[in-house]
Amino acid sequence: MSKNLNINVKHITRVEGHGNIVVNATDGKIEKIQWQVPEAPRFFEAMVRGRSYDDIQTIVSRICGICSITHSLAATKAVEDALDIEVSEQTDLLRILMHYSEQLQSHVLHIGYLAAPDFFGVKSVVQLVGIAKDAVLTIVKAHRVANQWSDLLAGRTTHPNTITPGGFTKIPTEKELKDLQATLKETIGDLTTIANVVLSVAENVPAFERDTEYVSLTHPDGYTFYHGDITSNDCNGKAVSIDKWQSVANEYMNPQSTAKWTKWHRDSYACGALARLNNNFEQLTDTSKSVAGMFGLKKGCCNPYLNTIAQLVECVQVVESGIQIIDKLLTTGLKAEKISVKPKAGKGNGCVEAPRGILFHQYEFDDNGNCVAADICIPTNQNHANIQKDFEKLVPEFIDEGEDAVKLKMEMLVRSYDPCISCSTHMLNVKFVR
Amino acid sequence: MSKPRVAIFDFACCEGCQLQIVNLEEEILDLLGVADVVEWREAMSEQSHDYDIAIIEGSITRPEDEEKIQIIRSRAKILVALGACATIGGINKLKNNFDLDDVKKCVYKEDADMPHLETAMTKAVDEVVKVDYKIHGCPIDKKEFAYVVKCLLLGKKPEIPEYPVCVECKAQGNICVWERGQICLGPITRAGCGSRCPSVGFRCFGCRGYIDKPNVTAAKDVIEKYGLTVEDLKSKMVLFGSAQGPTNE
Ligand code: SF4
Ligand code: SF4
Ligand code: SF4
Repeated sequence: MSKNLNINVKHITRVEGHGNIVVNATDGKIEKIQWQVPEAPRFFEAMVRGRSYDDIQTIVSRICGICSITHSLAATKAVEDALDIEVSEQTDLLRILMHYSEQLQSHVLHIGYLAAPDFFGVKSVVQLVGIAKDAVLTIVKAHRVANQWSDLLAGRTTHPNTITPGGFTKIPTEKELKDLQATLKETIGDLTTIANVVLSVAENVPAFERDTEYVSLTHPDGYTFYHGDITSNDCNGKAVSIDKWQSVANEYMNPQSTAKWTKWHRDSYACGALARLNNNFEQLTDTSKSVAGMFGLKKGCCNPYLNTIAQLVECVQVVESGIQIIDKLLTTGLKAEKISVKPKAGKGNGCVEAPRGILFHQYEFDDNGNCVAADICIPTNQNHANIQKDFEKLVPEFIDEGEDAVKLKMEMLVRSYDPCISCSTHMLNVKFVR
Repeated sequence: MSKPRVAIFDFACCEGCQLQIVNLEEEILDLLGVADVVEWREAMSEQSHDYDIAIIEGSITRPEDEEKIQIIRSRAKILVALGACATIGGINKLKNNFDLDDVKKCVYKEDADMPHLETAMTKAVDEVVKVDYKIHGCPIDKKEFAYVVKCLLLGKKPEIPEYPVCVECKAQGNICVWERGQICLGPITRAGCGSRCPSVGFRCFGCRGYIDKPNVTAAKDVIEKYGLTVEDLKSKMVLFGSAQGPTNE
């Protein structure tokens, strides 16, 4: 087989946002491998300046349509930290419940609509309907459940309008929560069906490993997406408080990209479902662990393609945790709460796990509660350097399989990170140039 | 007759509007029965240059994107702007309130001069090319999207409300959020969302754009009634309305 590669994928498909892949190799000698991010920069940190503390989440939610709830929550937590606003346990639980809905929404979308066509060797979910109709319908059903779940807590599926510093503008009724809980109990069965379908094509997941630093939140009380400290497998169990996030992300510019890149203990790190699972595996529910077990997914896994499987495990995790939170809320009973917030000067941080990895927001406000400075670091950017490092190991390993196979593996790799490039600007196309 | 060919393109935006199309779930499959989607980067690997209807999401923020949208316009018979980023510039227009060099420095610090970070003033799609139809909102309403697309496929003109959000809000019997000290842009914003935000106790921030003839005097009366100033109102109007219509008055 020829050992020349000339891959040039401009604007890789089935990802959110734009990224390019460029590879040149002659006679097996690799001249260039590049993961490029040309997405138009959008400058959110500059745009929030001068805006009131209660408009911040409305603005930054628009960083990303897929993780808008996560961005709203991170921003709101940061605003509350800056203005010393305490929220009730009820608000906290309702927000965590809302946040789970977005994990399910985003993960199902990625597994079913964006990644599954790769596993089945087709070009889109539309073609998938032709060969695995029942599976697609189960995926559509789970996606709809996730959307209804968001609607109920966040006011709508995209760009929440119930979250406000200090609490909620509207909370669900106990009856609505009971109905949601019943639906979630049925959804576990559907997720198991999806897991079995994915398992039937799991041999198409490339066997590739690279020792990687995995970064995520961690919390002693349970598998966390919302509270806790920052950790990685290089931390020796010493987690870092979230207000020190800039010393974790260490952002830097790379001429390959309009997005900033990050590194912590090594040249690059990964975040996302696989990172969370690697750092917090023991805290998964029994059903989640058994889904991980179906795929042989264990703590210490460093095959980036299995991030999609880790997402599947997390779907079960969030649905089961959601059921538990509803029990808790119903036992205490829901109360309407009055919100009163006094603007003041201050600086605060908010850190939560987006479906695709850890997310950091920081804002500073003046005496009137108007924003004077902001710093946001999104998960896709934290994965860019790691994608580049994976490419550098992957291409020589698979070069004998030829250009088409290498190209597909590279595209699948990028998709398995589930990048959300629209938010990453501050990346997807593959170029193999001969 | 062959099925109309539809292509979906995205510029600077959050892709939340495309997500609403995905959220139509099975209904998309119905639409696919009557139209061929020939390009949709986020959902498909196939790409094509031959289409009848182009759906544009996002704002135009770079000279290279102006060229791209002009090419799309020249190929498409019908061009539809999808969502606030495309119809009015949306949240991206906040950038136009600052000096562009300052905006780049604020985000990229000493790297602000790298050539690939070039940015220009944010433009709505109709500031660059002719737009035939607008689907408003941030995000769009998936039902309105399905309605407009069905109209286009049938060759009918879609009817989009020309009255303010307050009309829908009052019909739903909501308590006005002004009563809770929030500044709501419902009196001047185009209806059609079913007063989504006030219906969950959140102020309308004007994502559907302003109605063509907003009653600015009435809005000013409301401000006075609640003891606020025009400046307070403007500070809210800037979110989705930077440099358009009544923000300048
Ligand atoms: S209009 Fe809003 S939801 Fe639609 S792409 Fe723009 S920011 Fe996203
Ligand atoms: S809440 Fe807003 S939209 Fe509703 S009546 Fe009051 S001003 Fe109008
Ligand atoms: S109420 Fe206002 S801000 Fe909310 S969706 Fe409708 S037009 Fe947009």
